[in-house]
Amino acid sequence: MEKMSAAISDIMVMTKRNVTRYIRLPQLLVFNAMLNVVLLLLFNYVFGGAIQKGGIPYIQYFLPGFLAQTVVFGSTQTSVGIAEDLSKGLIDRFRSLPMARPAFLTGRVIADGIRYALLILLMIGVGLAAGFRFENGLVPAIVAVLLVILFGVALTWIGVFIGISVKNQETAQVAGFVWVFPLVFASSLYVPIATMPHWLQYFANVNPVTSMAGVIRALFLGSNPAAGGASLAKYLWQILVWDAGLMLVFIPLSVRRYVQLAK
Amino acid sequence: MVSNLNGNSAKSDCAQDAIIVEGISKHFGKIKALDNISLNVGEGIVFALLGPNGSGKTTLIRILTTLLIPDGGTARVGGFDIRQNAASIRPIIGLAGQYPAVDEDLTGKENLEMIGQLYHLGNAKSRTRSGELLETFELADAGNRRVKTYSGGMRRRLDLAATLVAEPKILFLDEPTTGLDPRSRFGLWDVIGKLTKDCHTVFLTTQYLEEADRLADKIAIMENGHIIRVGTPAELKGCCGGETRVKLKLVDPNQTKQALELLRELGKDQMNSIEATGDISLPADGGTAILSDVVRRLDAGGIQLAELALTQPTLDDVFLAITGHAAENTADTKKTM
Repeated sequence: MEKMSAAISDIMVMTKRNVTRYIRLPQLLVFNAMLNVVLLLLFNYVFGGAIQKGGIPYIQYFLPGFLAQTVVFGSTQTSVGIAEDLSKGLIDRFRSLPMARPAFLTGRVIADGIRYALLILLMIGVGLAAGFRFENGLVPAIVAVLLVILFGVALTWIGVFIGISVKNQETAQVAGFVWVFPLVFASSLYVPIATMPHWLQYFANVNPVTSMAGVIRALFLGSNPAAGGASLAKYLWQILVWDAGLMLVFIPLSVRRYVQLAK
Repeated sequence: MVSNLNGNSAKSDCAQDAIIVEGISKHFGKIKALDNISLNVGEGIVFALLGPNGSGKTTLIRILTTLLIPDGGTARVGGFDIRQNAASIRPIIGLAGQYPAVDEDLTGKENLEMIGQLYHLGNAKSRTRSGELLETFELADAGNRRVKTYSGGMRRRLDLAATLVAEPKILFLDEPTTGLDPRSRFGLWDVIGKLTKDCHTVFLTTQYLEEADRLADKIAIMENGHIIRVGTPAELKGCCGGETRVKLKLVDPNQTKQALELLRELGKDQMNSIEATGDISLPADGGTAILSDVVRRLDAGGIQLAELALTQPTLDDVFLAITGHAAENTADTKKTM
C-alpha cells in the first residue's frame, strides 16, 4: 500500500515535470497545433470538393477521423522526447533515485495525454469554425473525446517503446513515420474503405484508426449517413480491444527496456 | 583556503564497510572496462579512485550506483547486494555524474524539490531542504531562475546540491571538479571535505592527483580496468622514493638523457623523468645541500635549468613510480581549467 502511494506520487512528480516543460517551451506545442490546423483546413478545402458523401458536407465526415489522426501523429513526438531525455545525463540521476521504475515513462505518457486533450479541443474549435456541427448531443461528444484521448495514450506507449529502443532523436523521428503513415492513410479516415483495392480493405477494416474514426463519427453524428452506417457497438468493441492490446504489449516491453538500460 | 583533510575524518565509531567490491568485471564488446576489481571502503571517509581517462572509474561508479550490472563479481553498498537489493541501495545513495544532471527547463529550486519528492521526503521537507541547499551552495539568488541561464560552475553546484537533498549515507561523485575554474574547485573541495560527518561516506573519482591528495583519506590508483595500488596519501607517498624530492626542469628536453647521466650518482636508482618535457625528480636525502650539487653537475655538462625546487613528494611521483609513466592526462586536464 505504501509502495503503491509512493509510486503514484513518483508518477505525479514526473508528470508535473513534463507538463512544466511543455509550458516553458511552448514553441513545440504551438507549431504542432498550427500544423494540425493547417492540415485540417487544407484537407477539408482541397479534398472536400472531390470527395462527395451523398450531399453531406465533407467536414462532417472528415473532422471525426482527423481527431484520431491528431493523436496518432502526436504519439510520434513521444518517441523523440524520450530519446532526448535518454541522451542526457539526467536519466542517470533518475535511475539512481528510489523512484518507482515505471514512473519516468508513465509521467511522460500522462503529460502527453494532457497535450492530446488540448489539441483535440483546439481542432474541434477550428472544425466548428469551418462548418462542422454536432448532431448527437453533448454527452456522446464528451465520451468520444475521452475515447480519443485513451486511444492516444495507448498509442503513446508504442512511441515510448520506440524512443527507449532507438535512444536517438533523429532515428526516433523517422521510426515514428514508418508505422504512422499506413495507419492514418489506409483507414476510413479520409475516404470510405469501399473505394480502396480489395487487399487493402482487409487492412483498413482492422486498422484501429478506422475503428476510432467510426466511434467518433457515430458519437458525434448519430444516425447521419456520414457516420458510415456501421454500428457504434462494433467499432467501440474493436477500439477498446485495440487500446487494451496495445497497452498490454507495449507497457511491459517499455518498462523492460527501461530496466535493461543497466545491461 | 582549503585545509588539509587527510586522516582527520575516519572516526572510530564508523566501524562498518560502506562499500565492499569483490571481483567485479565488466566488458563492453571486446573491451575489458573492469578486470576483477576488489576493494573495501570504510564508513566515514573520503575515498578517491584516481586514474586517467578510460581507466574504468566511471564504469565502477555506474555499477555501484545500480545503473549498470556487472558481468561478474559481487558488490555490497551500505550492506545491500547490488544485484539482489538494488532497490534498497537507491534510497541511501546520492550520485553526481560526470556531467551535471539537472533539468535545464526547470528552475534551481524546482530541480531540488523534484529530487526531494522522488526520494519521498514529502513536499514540506523537500521545500525546506531545497531552500537550505540553495543557501549553502550560494544559489539562493538564482533559485527561481531556469537552470538554462546558469554558468557551468553554478550547474555543478546545483548538481552536487541535488545529490545532498536526502542526506544520503553514501555519496558518489564522478569527477566532481572537472571543468571547473580553480576558485570553484577550491570551494567544492571545502564542501566535500565536510560531507563525511555522521559516518557518511564519499566515493569520488578524479584525474587530478592534487585533488585526491587534498581530499581523500584513502586512494586507489586505477589503470586499464585494474586497481594497481591502494593506500592513504601518506602511504602512497612513502612507498615510492624518499620523502622530500628535488624537482627540476631542463630548458632543452632533448638533454634529459645526458642530465640523467650526470645526476646518476645523486639519484641512487630512484630518479623519475619525463623525456618529452625535460622533467626530472630525484630523492633529496641530503636536504638543501643537494641543490647546489645538482646545479654544479648540470652546469659542468652545459645543461641549462628552467626550474629547480625542493618539494614534498606528490602523487605525481607515486603515479610515475608505479605505472612507469606520468598521469597521461595531466596535459589535457590543464586545458579544461
